[in-house]
Amino acid sequence: MNNTFTVIAREFTTRVRKKSFLLITIFVPLLIVVFYAFLMWLMFRDDTNERQIVVVNNSTLVNPIDTIGNNIFTYTEDTITEKNAAEYLKNHTEYYAVMWLPENIMNNADVPVYSTSQVPMDLKHSIAEQLKTRIETIKKDSLFESLNIPDIESKLDATKAKVNVRTLIVEETGEVKEGSAEITSVIGMVACIIIFFFVLMYATQVMKGVIEEKENRIIEVLVSSVKPFQFLLGKIIGIAAVGLLQFTIWIVLIMIAVVGIQFVAMPNIDMEALRSTATDLTAMAQVSNIDVDNLKVVQKISQILNPNFVMSFIGVFLFYFLGSYLLYASLFAAIGSAVDNETDSQQFMTPLSIILMVGFYIGFGAMKNPESSLAVWSSIIPFTSPMVMLVRFPFGVPAWELISSMLLLVAAFIFFTWLSARIYRVGILMYGKKTTWKELLKWITYK
Amino acid sequence: MSFFVAKNIVKNYSNHKALDNVSIDIPKNSIYGLLGPNGAGKTSLIRIITQITAPDAGQLFLKGMPLQTSDMRRIGYLPEERGLYKKMKVGEQAVYLARLKGLSKQDAIKRLKEWFVKFEIEAWWDKKVEELSKGMAQKVQFITTVLHEPELLIFDEPFSGFDPINVELLKSEMLKLREKGTTIIFSTHNMASVEEICTHIALINKSKKIIEGPINQIRERYANDTYKIVLGFQPDFEAAKYIGDEFELISDRVEDSKREIIVQQYRPTPSNTLLSRIIGRADVISFQKIIPGMNDIFIKLVKGGVTEHID
Repeated sequence: MNNTFTVIAREFTTRVRKKSFLLITIFVPLLIVVFYAFLMWLMFRDDTNERQIVVVNNSTLVNPIDTIGNNIFTYTEDTITEKNAAEYLKNHTEYYAVMWLPENIMNNADVPVYSTSQVPMDLKHSIAEQLKTRIETIKKDSLFESLNIPDIESKLDATKAKVNVRTLIVEETGEVKEGSAEITSVIGMVACIIIFFFVLMYATQVMKGVIEEKENRIIEVLVSSVKPFQFLLGKIIGIAAVGLLQFTIWIVLIMIAVVGIQFVAMPNIDMEALRSTATDLTAMAQVSNIDVDNLKVVQKISQILNPNFVMSFIGVFLFYFLGSYLLYASLFAAIGSAVDNETDSQQFMTPLSIILMVGFYIGFGAMKNPESSLAVWSSIIPFTSPMVMLVRFPFGVPAWELISSMLLLVAAFIFFTWLSARIYRVGILMYGKKTTWKELLKWITYK
Repeated sequence: MSFFVAKNIVKNYSNHKALDNVSIDIPKNSIYGLLGPNGAGKTSLIRIITQITAPDAGQLFLKGMPLQTSDMRRIGYLPEERGLYKKMKVGEQAVYLARLKGLSKQDAIKRLKEWFVKFEIEAWWDKKVEELSKGMAQKVQFITTVLHEPELLIFDEPFSGFDPINVELLKSEMLKLREKGTTIIFSTHNMASVEEICTHIALINKSKKIIEGPINQIRERYANDTYKIVLGFQPDFEAAKYIGDEFELISDRVEDSKREIIVQQYRPTPSNTLLSRIIGRADVISFQKIIPGMNDIFIKLVKGGVTEHID
């Protein structure tokens, strides 16, 4: 065991000290932060460009729109047609766009807008919204007038109904808890993505390490001091530690950055309020008349994220996270031992990568329909189970499914690690010939 | 006294038998040459001794005790396929390899510094292996093999790929280690070095051991009773006339006022008989039995396909 620790230490320190580790560890979160900041900037930037839009009003509406943000609408008596719009805009560079309000706007509101560049989505929506409101108000007013019913407006308002659908989960114990599809699916999906990328990045690192030792011809020296299985175990654990360190740094950095950006971009959000308990918030809402709908979301988050759920989810996540990495890493190590260089590893890697991808996509699908038989079965079968089960778990999974899935994963891990170790100890000493699947199976039987 | 014994070792691979009931007995403090043509099974046997692979059948004993995993630390092994991590620094890497053999970090550093001074390579400590030449890397590899002072050292084709200067260094270090009590196994094709440093040999051919023993005894055994006789200058001496029916004249040449004749016997006859037939007729300067070189024995045994067991 002492030797295994020596191997773990080398695998860990040599990788962590590499320049590429430092670069990736810093640049990946930086890229994510830059991307996030860019999105925030797009969403919240102040549209400072003042734009003049000239309106040819053929309708009965009287100056229906004045301004939308920085867009100023000017009404003209000039005769501009759609045909000479281009020429008109060329001669009147002060105008950004021409808009026509048709004569029969009350029945057929087809509003063309010609402009020199793409009209922003929100401007387009705002124009439509304002015209719609104006038309509807006029129609409603004339209807009310013709009906001549007193207080019709308030009577009509009273007929409005609001429906709030609450989703609740009945547990086997008879306990009832409130669920929220959006939040549960996001939590599961994030876990699924983390596992997918971790396996993809670090299990293949194990393979690369094995190939490197074979190419350098150092492996025979090493296995004359350490048993191949102990050596491989040290390598797998050492690389896992590198990955965990990197992920931890990323998560911390990203969280700091995201919170920072939100503070800068949306300083009016009160972080303290978010942290308060749901009951406090409801009480506060009643007193201070804050929008109750928004608070409901916060309330739901805090209900979903109750300590029991959080603890069990973290436990399940860690189990599948480690299980999937160990399972795939030992198989990738076997592949690495069977080939002479990285290019030769493709034929053996493809089937494994496909299985991993399939698990990832089924996980995505399970977000919409966690009870489908495809999702249920692939959350029990090892190889796909870590990714799919974590998506399903927040929606509530029967105990027998969870237990059989976990037991099968442990069984698969033990079996495939044994299998891989047998291939590995033969493969690392085979040089210069292309290995076939048939030979790989024969190696397992060697003493 | 036996230091290492392998008994009836069998090793099969999917399409061939690598070792077929091979037994060897390595005496303590010997330099034991493992000889044989390519593919004979030498490396397979060495990998079994180093516990890198397990035999399908047979037993292994170190100092009379069955070989155990913990014995890996008592053995130093320099394989034929050898190398180092290219991106790792020389000193750090040597410490790592030493620690896998059970040395503490402090011990490893202390001993390494001594060896580095001895080999005059102190300046390489912080260099990456990829910056070293092949010869330099070989020195480092040799040091990491012997650093933990193993009782049994195994070198598989140690001279292949070494430059002549390193080969000499290696040989002298091997002899020094033997003086300190180390037992050494080495496999090689270089028969000259076998004669020079081996005390014992085993020859393996086609997965079977065909001969084993102290090198002098084997050479003696294969001395096929050929004699070299040097005479004072006698221009008319016709050796063939006097040597008799049991002997055959192989060569006869005159050089520097001496005549040298080589005679081979093909019926068992005491060498005195031959000497007595000549001694009265010519001035004998020397009479000597020719001991064949390992090269000749090797070729004879391998080509002759000898399969008898000689113990």
